[in-house]
Amino acid sequence: MSNGNMNLTLKVWRQSNSTAAGKMETYQLGGVSPDMSFLEMIDMLNEQIIRKGEDAIAFDHDCREGICGMCSMFINGEAHGPNRGVTTCQLHMRSFKDGDTIYIEPWRAEGFPVVKDLMVDRAAFDRIIQSGGFVSVNTSGRTMDANAIPIPKDDADKAFDAATCIGCGACVATCPNSSAMLFVSAKVSQFALLPQGHPERKERVLNMVKQMDAEGFGNCSNIGACEVQCPKSISIENIARMNREYLSASVKPEN
Amino acid sequence: MKLEARIPEGPLDQKWTKYKSSVRLVNPSNKRNIEVIVVGTGLAGSSAAASLAEMGYKVKAFCFQDSPRRAHSIAAQGGINAAKNYMNDGDSTYRLFYDTIKGGDYRSREANVHRLAEVSASIIDQCVAQGVPFARDYGGLLDNRSFGGTQVSRTFYAKGQTGQQLLLGAYSALSRQIGKGNVKLYNRHEMMDLVVVDGKARGIIARNMVTGEIESHSGHAVVLCTGGYGNVFFLSTNAMGSNVTAAWRAHRKGAAFANACFTQIHPTCIPVSGDHQSKLTLMSESLRNDGRIWVPLHKEDAEAIRAKKLKPTDLPEERRDYYLERRYPAFGNLVPRDVASRAAKERCDAGFGVNATGEAVYLDFASAIMRYGKTAATVQGLHNASEDQIRELGTKVVEAKYGNLFQMYEQIVAENPYKTPMMIYPAVHYTMGGLWVDYELMTTVTGCYACGEANFSDHGANRLGASALMQGLADGYFVLPYTIGNYLADEISTGAISTNTPEFQEAEKAVKERLAGFFKTTGTETVDTYHKKLGKIIWDYCGMARSKEGLEFAISEVRKIREDFYKNVKVPGGMTGVNTELEKATRVADFIELGELMCLDALDRNESCGGHFREEFQTEEGEALRVDDKYSYVAAWEFSGDPSAPKLNKEDLNYENIKVQQRSYK
Repeated sequence: MSNGNMNLTLKVWRQSNSTAAGKMETYQLGGVSPDMSFLEMIDMLNEQIIRKGEDAIAFDHDCREGICGMCSMFINGEAHGPNRGVTTCQLHMRSFKDGDTIYIEPWRAEGFPVVKDLMVDRAAFDRIIQSGGFVSVNTSGRTMDANAIPIPKDDADKAFDAATCIGCGACVATCPNSSAMLFVSAKVSQFALLPQGHPERKERVLNMVKQMDAEGFGNCSNIGACEVQCPKSISIENIARMNREYLSASVKPEN
Repeated sequence: MKLEARIPEGPLDQKWTKYKSSVRLVNPSNKRNIEVIVVGTGLAGSSAAASLAEMGYKVKAFCFQDSPRRAHSIAAQGGINAAKNYMNDGDSTYRLFYDTIKGGDYRSREANVHRLAEVSASIIDQCVAQGVPFARDYGGLLDNRSFGGTQVSRTFYAKGQTGQQLLLGAYSALSRQIGKGNVKLYNRHEMMDLVVVDGKARGIIARNMVTGEIESHSGHAVVLCTGGYGNVFFLSTNAMGSNVTAAWRAHRKGAAFANACFTQIHPTCIPVSGDHQSKLTLMSESLRNDGRIWVPLHKEDAEAIRAKKLKPTDLPEERRDYYLERRYPAFGNLVPRDVASRAAKERCDAGFGVNATGEAVYLDFASAIMRYGKTAATVQGLHNASEDQIRELGTKVVEAKYGNLFQMYEQIVAENPYKTPMMIYPAVHYTMGGLWVDYELMTTVTGCYACGEANFSDHGANRLGASALMQGLADGYFVLPYTIGNYLADEISTGAISTNTPEFQEAEKAVKERLAGFFKTTGTETVDTYHKKLGKIIWDYCGMARSKEGLEFAISEVRKIREDFYKNVKVPGGMTGVNTELEKATRVADFIELGELMCLDALDRNESCGGHFREEFQTEEGEALRVDDKYSYVAAWEFSGDPSAPKLNKEDLNYENIKVQQRSYK
C-alpha cells in the first residue's frame, strides 16, 4: 500500500517550445510513495505546479504499461532510468531513496528536436519506416493461406524478438553518435528473417539506411550502449545482420 | 430519427457474399478525386486508411499520438480469433458466429456477427503476408491457444504482444501508403468536432496539439476509428490519452450512441495499490489457459493472508476454493469475462479477498508449472527427476509462453509470480457500446462511419477475449473498404470540398469558444480531480453491479460534477502551443456527458445481460437474468441539445438463425 514518505529534489528540463532556450528547474516534492510509477510521481508534481497556476511539465506518455513507446525521459543520465528492460512508465519509485536528487531531461539528438519540456519529435522514425519498413502486399483477402509456407520456429522467434521494438528512441538517446541503427536494424531483421520479406529485402535495407542518414542520425561504432538501455532488450546482433544485408545489397548486381 | 440497419436479404451465410457482388463500385479514376478522413490509427484506423489508399482514394489520417504506431491497440496482449480450424477441434465459421452471439448474451446483430466470423480467416492470411511474426510450433506452422467462452482453440498470438504485432503490421501498410503520398498523416492532432454540410459529414475540426491551431479539414466521408470510452472510469486498462471526444462530438452532431452502459470489466488485472494510481494493467486472459483462480475456502485464512500472517503457498489444497471450477465445471477458469469478473467480486464482497484492500483473488500457476515440468522431464528422458528439477523445467515452459506478462507483473507488484500466485482483480477494459452503425458501418449521420471499438455492432453485451483485434481489423481491412464505396459512388461528381464555407467557419468558431471558456474560470481544481470524482461515481454505481437507486443517485452526482467542472476547473497556460491540461479538460468535459448517458442507459435496461448486471434482475444462483420480451433491442440514444435528456430510439434484434436461450457455462 502507498505510504507516501519519500522527499525528492527534482531537476527538470523546461523549454517552452522548439525554438526557445531551455534550462533545468528545481522542484521539491514530498509524500512520494515507493509504489508509484515514475510517471505517477510526475503527475503528482504537475498537480502541485498547476495548483500554483503554473504551466504543467509536458511529457509524452500514453499506455503506461511499457508497450506504446511514447514515454521518453532521460533520468539521471540514463534512458528510461536506472533499471534495465523497462520503460519510464514501468519504473517505480521503489528504485529511488528518500532524499534523492533526480535529474530529468528529454532525449537529446539532432534527429529528435524538443517540442516542449520533455517531449521530443520522433517523426524521423516514421519516415524511416515509410521508406521501406513494410512488405508490399495490398489488402485483398486473396493472399495465400497463412499456413502455406511453414517458417522454422527459430526464425519466427528471432523475427518476433526484433519486431518487439517499440520505437521509443532510447537507443538514439543513449548512443554518443545518436545512431538509429538498433531501431532500423530491428525492422530490417524482422523482414530479412521471414520469407514474406525476401522479395524486397535489398531495396528495403538500401532505402531505410538512406533515409536514416538523411535524418541526421549518426553511425554505429560498436559501443553497445543501445542494447543495454533498450527497454525491450533488442540485440545488437540485429545491427550486424543489417550490415550484412546492406553489404550484400550494395555489392551484388541487381540480378 | 429512423434507425435502418440495412441488412441485406437472403440466408445468413450468403448475405455478405451477395452484398459484395452487388454493391456499387467507384472506378479508379474517380477514386483519385475522392478524399476520405480517417480519425484514429489503431487497428481499425490504420487498416482502413491503408486499404482505402491502396484502392486509390486520397486519405487523410489523424492521430493524437506522436506516431500512428502508438495507438492503444498496441497494448492488446493475448491474441486474435479466427475460424481457421487449424487445430482440427471442430471449429467453423458458424461456431465462431455462435460463440460470439452467445458470449454477447444475445444482444448483437446476427448479420454483422456472421460477417465478422466469415472474414476472420482472411485477417490471419493478410497479417502473415505482411510479415506479422505469429507464434509457430516446431513444424513451422501457426500455433493457437484457447480463450474464454469457447471450447475450441482458435486464438492466434504473438507471445503476450499480439496487439503490438498486428498494429505494427497495419502501421507498416499505412506507412507504405504515406510514403507513396496516398495518405497524408496528421499526427499530434485531435479531432474537436464533426462538420456536417447539408446533412452529410464533410469534414472535421482538429486541434494541432503542437501549435494549438484550430484547423478545418474536409473530405467526402469521415471514418471514426477512435476506440472505446473506458477512461470515463478514470482507472482502466486504456491508455491515458484514450478518449471519447471524437465519437461524442459526432453524437452531438446527430450520430446515435448505442448501448452506452455495455462496458467490459476484465477479470484479470493487477489490483489497485493506492490513490496515486493513474491506470490499471491487464494480465492477459490467455493466462487463464494455465492459471487457476482461487481464494481461501475459510474466512479466517483469508484474514490471516490479508494480515500477512499466512502465505498463499502454505495453504493446503483442501483449504482453497477454486470457485470458477466449482461453479462452472464445463468451462472452468475459461468462462467469459463478465462471468469471471462477477464471480471474483462475489467472493471478495463476501470477505474472501486476499490483499490489504480485500479486493484481489489469486491466479496460480503452480500446478501448470508442475504439469509442464513433468512433460518436459519425460521428453528429456529424466524419469527420476526431483520435484525441484520438474519445477525448474516447468518454469521455463511457462516463461516461454507468458514471460513478458510475468515480468510486467513483477515490475508493478514487486513479487515473483513464478513462486507465489499472482493477485488479480477485475478492471474496466473495453466498451461494447459506441456509435450506432448500420450494416455498412455508417452512423446516423450520412457519410460518417465508425469502425472498431468506436462502434457498437458486434459484441452485444459482452465481448469474448481475442475478438476486439479481430473486429478492428475486419472492419478496417475487409468491411469498410467495400461498404464505403456504396456511398462514395454518389460523390464522384461532387468535386473538392471547400472549407471556406459557413458550416466550417461556425464549427471552428464554436470550438475556439469552447476552449477559451476553460481559461475564464476562477477555479483552482485540476482536471484530474474531476476525472477521478467522475470515475469513482461511475465505477461504484455503473460498474460491475448496478441498481435503480444507485443509478439515480449517480445521475444526480454526475450533473453536480458537470456544473462544478465548468465553474471551478483550473487550466493553466493558453490556447497556443502544447497544453496538455487543455487536452485533458476537453476530454473530461465529454466524459462527464457520456457518464450521464451510461447511467441513463443502464437505468432504462431493466434486465441483466452480459456486462450489464442489474442487482434486481438475477437468477437464484446469482447469474444474469435477461428479459428478452422487453429488452431485446439496441438502445440508440439521440442527442437532444440537453445532455440530461437524450431521446431513446430502439432497433429490435431478431434472431432467425440462433435459438435465444439462458446463457450457461456450467
